[in-house]
Amino acid sequence: MSWFGRLTEGLSKSTKKLANNITGLATGTLPLDEERLDAIEEGLIAADLGPRVAARIRERLADQKYAKGIDDDGVRAVVADEVAQILAPVARPLAIIRKPQVILVVGVNGSGKTTTIAKLARLFKADGKQVMLAAGDTFRAAAIAQLKIWADRVGVPIVAGDQGGDAASLAFDAVKRAMDEGIDVLIIDTAGRLQNKTGLMDELAKVKRVIGKLDPAAPHDVLLVLDATTGQNALNQIEVFGQVAGVTGLVMTKLDGSARGGMLVAAAEKFGLPIHAIGVGEGMDDLQPFTPQDFAAALVGTA
Amino acid sequence: MFDSLSERLGGIFDRLRGRGALTEIDVRAAMREVRVALLEADVALPVVKDFIEAATQRAIGAEVIKSVTPGQQVVKIVNDCLVELLSGGEDVPPLKINVTPPAVIMMVGLQGSGKTTSTAKLASWLGTRERKKVLMASLDVARPAAQEQLRVLGEQTEIATLPIIPGQTPVQIAERARQSARLQGFDVVLLDTAGRLGVDEALMAEMAAIAGATNPDEILLVVDSLTGQDAVNVAAAFKARVALTGVILTRMDGDARGGAALSMRSVTGTPIRFAGTGEKLDALEAFDANRVAGRILGMGDIVGLVEKA
Ligand SMILES: Nc1nc2c(ncn2[C@@H]2O[C@H](COP(=O)(O)OP(=O)(O)OP(=O)(O)O)[C@@H](O)[C@H]2O)c(=O)[nH]1
Ligand SMILES: Nc1nc2c(ncn2[C@@H]2O[C@H](COP(=O)(O)OP(=O)(O)OP(=O)(O)O)[C@@H](O)[C@H]2O)c(=O)[nH]1
Ligand SMILES: [Mg+2]
Ligand SMILES: [Mg+2]
Repeated sequence: MSWFGRLTEGLSKSTKKLANNITGLATGTLPLDEERLDAIEEGLIAADLGPRVAARIRERLADQKYAKGIDDDGVRAVVADEVAQILAPVARPLAIIRKPQVILVVGVNGSGKTTTIAKLARLFKADGKQVMLAAGDTFRAAAIAQLKIWADRVGVPIVAGDQGGDAASLAFDAVKRAMDEGIDVLIIDTAGRLQNKTGLMDELAKVKRVIGKLDPAAPHDVLLVLDATTGQNALNQIEVFGQVAGVTGLVMTKLDGSARGGMLVAAAEKFGLPIHAIGVGEGMDDLQPFTPQDFAAALVGTA
Repeated sequence: MFDSLSERLGGIFDRLRGRGALTEIDVRAAMREVRVALLEADVALPVVKDFIEAATQRAIGAEVIKSVTPGQQVVKIVNDCLVELLSGGEDVPPLKINVTPPAVIMMVGLQGSGKTTSTAKLASWLGTRERKKVLMASLDVARPAAQEQLRVLGEQTEIATLPIIPGQTPVQIAERARQSARLQGFDVVLLDTAGRLGVDEALMAEMAAIAGATNPDEILLVVDSLTGQDAVNVAAAFKARVALTGVILTRMDGDARGGAALSMRSVTGTPIRFAGTGEKLDALEAFDANRVAGRILGMGDIVGLVEKA
């Protein structure tokens, strides 16, 4: 058998082993030795924390505290605690304090922007707010139709133009209408774009600038929607969308089912941006507040 | 954001220069750097571990140790191993579209991975390059306006789409699509399915039922090249339920290093056939293992330089 044949065969085995993420190597109470530290570090890497952050957490655990011994559950608890500590400062729900509060939703293609807008609209509406949506994705096929269906289901008004229209002027019209009609929250959808496409990123900057003409403080929130399946590229996304659009907070989607989204830990360390909520399904009620303890527990497998 | 691998390796080998030949220990030190580079490129950890072991064995061989540019030799060996792994060491077989018509191609994958867009791109590719008469059908009854999206893309590419009949199940739509294709003399029918997570049992069972009802000639897994460590689980979950025949890697126009490609090839054991390189409907390319290997390693021309030397 060729070496890559063997590799493929061995893969399913090691995948299963790592599925438990932070799995210790012994059942009894043992010192946190090199071998167990290696296992922890690898578990963190397999959960998308990235090799650097994983190494840093390993270092924190490597001090003398556990020289006397610790069992597997103890290890998991300690790791979960480290992760939760990194995440604690960034867990912050989205507060509605302006009128109208203008929320611009941005992100790479397919990350879950449009669905997240429906979920947020549902949440704010249930809170008694007057919500309006703006179909700012004038590029993708049926993107406007998609948001219209959501607006219908949630029961909120929508400002929409035609496919191929100018996103910035649509956003401008929407903000104006929200002001005139006494709306509490306006949420603006945008087309997905990869952060290395400067032309598309410039367009996003323009949308933001144009909104600012009506209210210099608007958009009051710029939410970057991240897909939990994404790996280390999420850090680039945060950096570049941050520079171009002034991202004020994050929402992570597709966290239903399995423990993913570990790059949030690296992101929290590096950028410290608030994480407002997480998406846990395709329905409009599938939005949850971000709780560091639960997230950390799911990541290390104690949940 | 990432230091390039050649820079990092350069550092290691600079320190060793003048000491003559490299030892196994030196090679292992270099391989630790390669390991970090692969992990930063989102190659899945189990793949990385086995890969490094295999590449180390090769690199410990005489060529490297005696070479005047050992660092570059190590990179070259790692690159060669990557290319082999990405291509499976063989040419990609042609799509099975020359069967008794209609050939059925089914697209599957996670939510938002690029299935609908890739369906339209592939249909257009088959229409223009292979001169096939192609029909597209959306079986996505879950996502708002999903069928409408494919209909619009059909208009843009001038590819026929199956008329939308509200209320049908995905299996019913799939059967109707195949039936219509046969009656109307289409060569190929492309089935776009709804996105699903591997842990969603109901949706995974639905996918298996569609495949069971239509017996596709090709089942292509559409994967986002931004995917992280979860790529192995994704590939394994889909492979466990349907007989995958290939992979399409989307968003290769991004700046992700694309390590997921390696996981896909390894776990599915099927070829990566195409790379999606943009939102436009002609942005589809045959997958190039050489180019992607260089990108995963985060190094440009070093391999070419070594090959010339
Ligand atoms: N499982 C799951 N799926 C989700 C979640 N959020 C969104 N999705 C799905 O992901 C896919 C893409 O979602 P959209 O909201 O259309 O993403 P988008 O960012 O607006 O996409 P573009 O506008 O094309 O860039 C859809 O199939 C959604 O149903 C989530 O939290 N969990
Ligand atoms: N930049 C870039 N964008 C792409 C590529 N392929 C697809 N997209 C975009 O990704 C987003 C999602 O694509 P879709 O084709 O709707 O994805 P899907 O898998 O059908 O999504 P669901 O049906 O919701 O699961 C859209 O905004 C597409 O324009 C690609 O290769 N490059
Ligand atoms: Mg959208
Ligand atoms: Mg689709």
